[in-house]
Amino acid sequence: MRQLDNFGHPRRRPLFDPPIVRRAIKDAFIKLNPRALAKNPVMFVVGIGALLTTLLLLRDIGQGLAFRTLLYEIQIAVWLWFTVLFANFAEAMAEGRGKAQADTLRRLKTETTARRELPGGGHETVPATALCKGDIVRVEANELIPGDGDVIEGVASVNEAAITGESAPVIRESGGDLSAVTGSTTVLSDWLRIRITANPGDTFVDRMIALVEGAERQKTPNEIALNILLAGLTIVFLLAVVTLLPFAIFSVKQAGSRAAPDVFALVSLLVCLIPTTIGGLLSAIGIAGMDRVMQHNVLAMSGKAVEAAGDVNTLLLDKTGTITLGNRQAVQFIPVPGITEQEVADAAQISSLADETPEGRSIVVLAKAFGIRERQLARREAEFIPFTAQTRMSGVNLNGRQVRKGAADAVKRYVGELGMTFPAELQQEVTRIAQAGGTPLVVADNQRGALGVIYLKDIVKGGMRERFDQLRAMGIRTVMITGDNPLTAAAIAGEAGADDFLAEATPETKMQLIRQEQAGGRLVAMTGDGTNDAPALAAADVGVAMHTGTQAAKEAGNMVDLDSNPTKLIEIVEIGKQLLMTRGALTTFSIANDVAKYFAILPAMFGALYAASAGGHGPLWALNIMRLHSPESAILAAVVFNALIIIALVPLALRGVQYRPLSAAALLRRNLLLYGVGGIVAPFPGIWLIDQIIVLLRLAPGR
Amino acid sequence: MTVIGWAQIALFSLILLVLTKPLGLYMARVFQGERTWLDPVLGPVERLVYRLFGVDPREDMRWTTYALALLAFSLVSMLFTYAILRLQGLLPLNPMGFSTAKAPSYATPMTPDLAFNTAASFTSNTNWQAYSGENTMSYLSQMVALALHNWVSAAVGMAAAIALIRGFARRSAQGVGNFWYDVTRCILYVLMPICLVYALFLVSQGAIQNFAPYTSVTTLEGAAQTITQGPVASQEVIKMLGINGGGFFNANSSHPFENPTPLTNFVQMLSIFLIPAGLCYTFGRMVRDTRQGWALWAAMYVLFFTGVLTAYHFEAQGNPNVARQGVETSTKQLGDVGGNMEGKEVRFGLANSALFATITTDASCGAVNSMHDSYTPIGGMIPLANIQLGEIIYGGVGSGLYGMLIYAILTVFIAGLMVGRTPEYLGKKIEQKEVKMAMLFILAGAASILIFTALASVMDLPAESALNRVGLSSTYYGPTYNNINNSGPHGLSEILYAYSSGTGNNGSAFAGITVNTPFYNLTIGLAMLIGRFLMMLPALAIAGSLATKKHVPASAGTFPTHGGLFVTLLVGVVIIVGALTFFPALCLGPVAEHFLMHGGRLF
Amino acid sequence: MFKQVLPSIRATIALAVLTGLLFPLLITGIAQAVFPSQANGSLIKSADGRVIGSRLIGQPFSRPEHFHPRPSAAGSGYDPTASGGTNLGPTSAKLIEGLPDDRETKDSDESYSGVKQLAERYRQENGLPAGAPVPVDAVTRSASGLDPHISVANALLQAPRVAMARGLAESDVVALVRRHTEGRDLGLLGEPRVNVLLLNLELDRLRGAPPSSKP
Repeated sequence: MRQLDNFGHPRRRPLFDPPIVRRAIKDAFIKLNPRALAKNPVMFVVGIGALLTTLLLLRDIGQGLAFRTLLYEIQIAVWLWFTVLFANFAEAMAEGRGKAQADTLRRLKTETTARRELPGGGHETVPATALCKGDIVRVEANELIPGDGDVIEGVASVNEAAITGESAPVIRESGGDLSAVTGSTTVLSDWLRIRITANPGDTFVDRMIALVEGAERQKTPNEIALNILLAGLTIVFLLAVVTLLPFAIFSVKQAGSRAAPDVFALVSLLVCLIPTTIGGLLSAIGIAGMDRVMQHNVLAMSGKAVEAAGDVNTLLLDKTGTITLGNRQAVQFIPVPGITEQEVADAAQISSLADETPEGRSIVVLAKAFGIRERQLARREAEFIPFTAQTRMSGVNLNGRQVRKGAADAVKRYVGELGMTFPAELQQEVTRIAQAGGTPLVVADNQRGALGVIYLKDIVKGGMRERFDQLRAMGIRTVMITGDNPLTAAAIAGEAGADDFLAEATPETKMQLIRQEQAGGRLVAMTGDGTNDAPALAAADVGVAMHTGTQAAKEAGNMVDLDSNPTKLIEIVEIGKQLLMTRGALTTFSIANDVAKYFAILPAMFGALYAASAGGHGPLWALNIMRLHSPESAILAAVVFNALIIIALVPLALRGVQYRPLSAAALLRRNLLLYGVGGIVAPFPGIWLIDQIIVLLRLAPGR
Repeated sequence: MTVIGWAQIALFSLILLVLTKPLGLYMARVFQGERTWLDPVLGPVERLVYRLFGVDPREDMRWTTYALALLAFSLVSMLFTYAILRLQGLLPLNPMGFSTAKAPSYATPMTPDLAFNTAASFTSNTNWQAYSGENTMSYLSQMVALALHNWVSAAVGMAAAIALIRGFARRSAQGVGNFWYDVTRCILYVLMPICLVYALFLVSQGAIQNFAPYTSVTTLEGAAQTITQGPVASQEVIKMLGINGGGFFNANSSHPFENPTPLTNFVQMLSIFLIPAGLCYTFGRMVRDTRQGWALWAAMYVLFFTGVLTAYHFEAQGNPNVARQGVETSTKQLGDVGGNMEGKEVRFGLANSALFATITTDASCGAVNSMHDSYTPIGGMIPLANIQLGEIIYGGVGSGLYGMLIYAILTVFIAGLMVGRTPEYLGKKIEQKEVKMAMLFILAGAASILIFTALASVMDLPAESALNRVGLSSTYYGPTYNNINNSGPHGLSEILYAYSSGTGNNGSAFAGITVNTPFYNLTIGLAMLIGRFLMMLPALAIAGSLATKKHVPASAGTFPTHGGLFVTLLVGVVIIVGALTFFPALCLGPVAEHFLMHGGRLF
Repeated sequence: MFKQVLPSIRATIALAVLTGLLFPLLITGIAQAVFPSQANGSLIKSADGRVIGSRLIGQPFSRPEHFHPRPSAAGSGYDPTASGGTNLGPTSAKLIEGLPDDRETKDSDESYSGVKQLAERYRQENGLPAGAPVPVDAVTRSASGLDPHISVANALLQAPRVAMARGLAESDVVALVRRHTEGRDLGLLGEPRVNVLLLNLELDRLRGAPPSSKP
């Protein structure tokens, strides 16, 4: 397993990779294009404000206003532009990581050529990009497979590291579940004949490039709803600020003075109030979420799927490989009356010496615990009897002694054929083991008949129970899917801590379970690999297909796990939740920030209103609770804070807020304290500090 | 502030709490069509009413049909009221001859703009009054044109809330109920029985109820006094219970004939909050989780209590400018008849005045027992801010609940994302449509208040403009900002209050401002219609959208919407959204005035 | 929409009759039968049957032998056809300092008594030293303009003047004030208060009113 950092995802590229940062800075300027800006109502308003202040600044320069005024106006205009640029930078940073990956893939693709079979026999060499569905190509060792397809002839080991990052080669052969190959992977040995199954631009690599680049990125439902909220809030603040002008005119008239509020202050107030923090980081959060999924080596076909993962109520997990280690292990030797445990262990070991299956190895290992050393048997003295579907036993013939191990009924028949009885005690043990979720293997020889039983047990992976407890705390129910009988299934599900199980599962019963869950309003996630999983994968709200699986399965699911690790479903759910949490946290933070900004800008704007004497402070200067130096420094400090907070939160947006598997109530309390209360409090010292610096640098007048 | 003042506020809270469940339970039965103890009496009446209406109460309406019925009914009844007001001079029950040649000299003419304003006002449950009842309205106008709406607008608001509740309660359904059924049952089963008992109680305490002309008397010192008369009590009860607030008299519930004793005052305050508080329970009951209803109740109570605390505190502090004239204002010396007594009645004192002012603006009632215009700046800001928060602190009949539910939806959406799931409220996913409608609700209110106030605070109409002429008199105000009664920041507060009250469908006023001019009558009339229907339709749209959704069962991963955390959060969102929208305007009004008052500055 | 118009018209008419006519008529019928006095305005009649006022509506009093009510903003004072308050805000100069008469217009009196003038007049009438504290209800106008009550503190400050004008012992007048002090409703609600009209009526019924009293 890769090492995980604190945020639950693998350490790969550093967050601020210099080439990516350089590229993002460039992109931040390119994104100033009004058409690009218009997609984001919040930043569009900031852009308009920046433009407006710039025009006014130019006018004022033309009119030759005092240096003090111009200095203030220049800074406001510049920082408003920075606000837009910072938001663009955040988005570009999020995109940059995907783009870098896409570039590598694209290079791989364009350099590949293919040997296409001609209809009349023979081959022609064409660029990989020219291959169409139905073409047949031949790929030799050390050649790149030119496109997605099915193996129709040959067996070969293939290195799929370019796609999966996994360097261990995999076997690909015609027919069955191992026939699918992916473009841009390398044949290591032997050769393959492949029928291409994807048209140019439609291959897995093409899709992967599009996905990592975010070219096909569509806004997810929650993102759209959040955008509506942000646009609505922007209009509310636009109303509040625009109407402030008439209110100010009225008040100035009532106060008998003639100072009108300046447009720079109004634009600054507007930009500070509208949710620029979340508005600027929203798309970055979405892209980064997809990127995080990618870094887990999962290809999500849409952001919607990632978002849905956060909403999942029910996880369907395959027993084998996900909940249990793929193989069973021997844990106990149980003798029949009159036989010692030692004798059973000895017989079991002898019968398993040639058994290279993990189960067989585990028997030898267990026997060692009884002091029985591993023996080397020469082929000459011993005859190994392999397992066959007919006998359903395996064993060894050694100097006339026949030792057999196998399923209880098979051994019973064997013993019966020898004319001996199968002890009732043994039958009881066999039943007990089966009920406990284990697999009984009976050991016998031709001299004493049945000797005892080997208890093979499904081994639940370490930490599964804790994992399921966490999921339960998050409100997610886990259902174990297995082909075992209900008794065995119940035992293993109980041991692993799964909430429920589906025994003797068939594609039909799986489908039925999904439908049933969905009818109850629950969202279902599952993994699958075989072709017969395809309907269920398509029906599930989140269907993760294993990359080793069939093409049909991969097309039915909305994610493909390149590592083919079924446990990853849990991590995908966590990423989905983290994505939504990050959006919620920054929205809350952004809105909460406004409180402090009011206390910076309003006294600055109206501090002189109703003043008893010209140049003195009026009643509303009392709202300057941060004791900022002057109206100019106060407004500047608020605008600078507002811009810098975007940059400061870019790492958070890219990484996502810290995720912890807690109940909703606990999560809410925690995040509310951090981002809600924190959002109200943090800007006060922040703005105060910036005000101090501004005055220290003489960028605005002091008291 | 005094101990006995707090004791009265505590008693009020306690009785409200005690009454919530029984009334809420009863209303749930009424709107779910279950049997009630009044069925034997009202059943036949109800069936007769449906026959008179010509409707089938069993038809389950989609939200669009429901909304159309609601709009059609409101429009028709508004035109009806407009017609009666304009024709009152020709109609009976007009002993003082208003709108006729023999009208008394102090009478106000019923101009088209005033009639529009009044019709919009009563239809929208606002009951803003640009006129004084005692010198404008015939008894017929008061009873038929105006009191009709006191009943009907309350029932319409209740219907919209019930439709929204059904949206939450139903699963994968198309309809949200039947509008006519909801309106009828609200009037017959909820309003009528309470009003009957309540009216007789008020009369027993001294509220008047007759059709006699005004009584001329010679006072003890030989002066002439005309004592007004009329069918007051029957209108007073529905004015309070229906959270309408339109007084029979100009002085409204400070008038001794409307609100003769502290006891009637206490009951009147209770009757404002009674139905909206009960509706919280009805809501919880109908969505099968009463904790959800209590959570809303608690959030409302927190906001209410904060308001009373603030208003009472600042009123008890009094006006330093008054104290400076050698006037004793200390509540330590005078009890609750100290502090700021300008515009307050001795029998009510400070606690009951501040409490009434908070209640009447928390709910969209608008009845007053003291003059908000004369409150201290912050004391008066509380009513203003209460209205601006959207009339959701208990709020109007129905409108309070659906308004608070919309805030709950927003809360769940903003904060709900923080638990890492698509936000759900009561098992219904909150998605695009709900957020869009909730924002429309917020926007409509903010836009109406801010834009109209901005317009009125700077519009330079010519001096002789007919747009700003009072009634048919020779008084022309010219620029719209000249209609204010107070200069300085308080002037802005008066304009702001007028449009807030109109949009919030409250109806109370910083009443110094002169609003019986075409400009104000038309703009405030529009504000009231916007505040009513542009905020009610989103609620109905949400109802329709929610009803069609599946129910997501709650789990440990579900954002919990009961309990202290949610209540705190909901209160926070209400305050922050409200404050962020209106804080700048409030700064230039009450906040500036507060500091100026303490600096001794007069305008 | 059209399908709903007809029911709307029928509902408007039906409900106007039910709520606008039947309900008030029903209440009036019961009220007139059960509470005739209250339903008709709690009117007070003199010995000869003339109506002299309502116990709920304040009256203007200015003679020294009568207790004085609060200042009123209803019309020219305690005019029930123009109920209401001043609606002057806390920073209103008019409220605090009043307005002088505009000498340019000879035919009308624009002067307005602010808190300052009202306090000075109150001290003068009641023989209080300059700067002596005046209860706030005596210098502020009520919400209805018809407030029939004054605070107990206000009444007690006026008692010596009334006693002197009527030639009564001050203690007798104070005792009368105490007797006419209405307590809190149910012992909790509202404020202790004195009904000015009822108190003055009682005074007039007693001996001691000098026949030559002038306003």
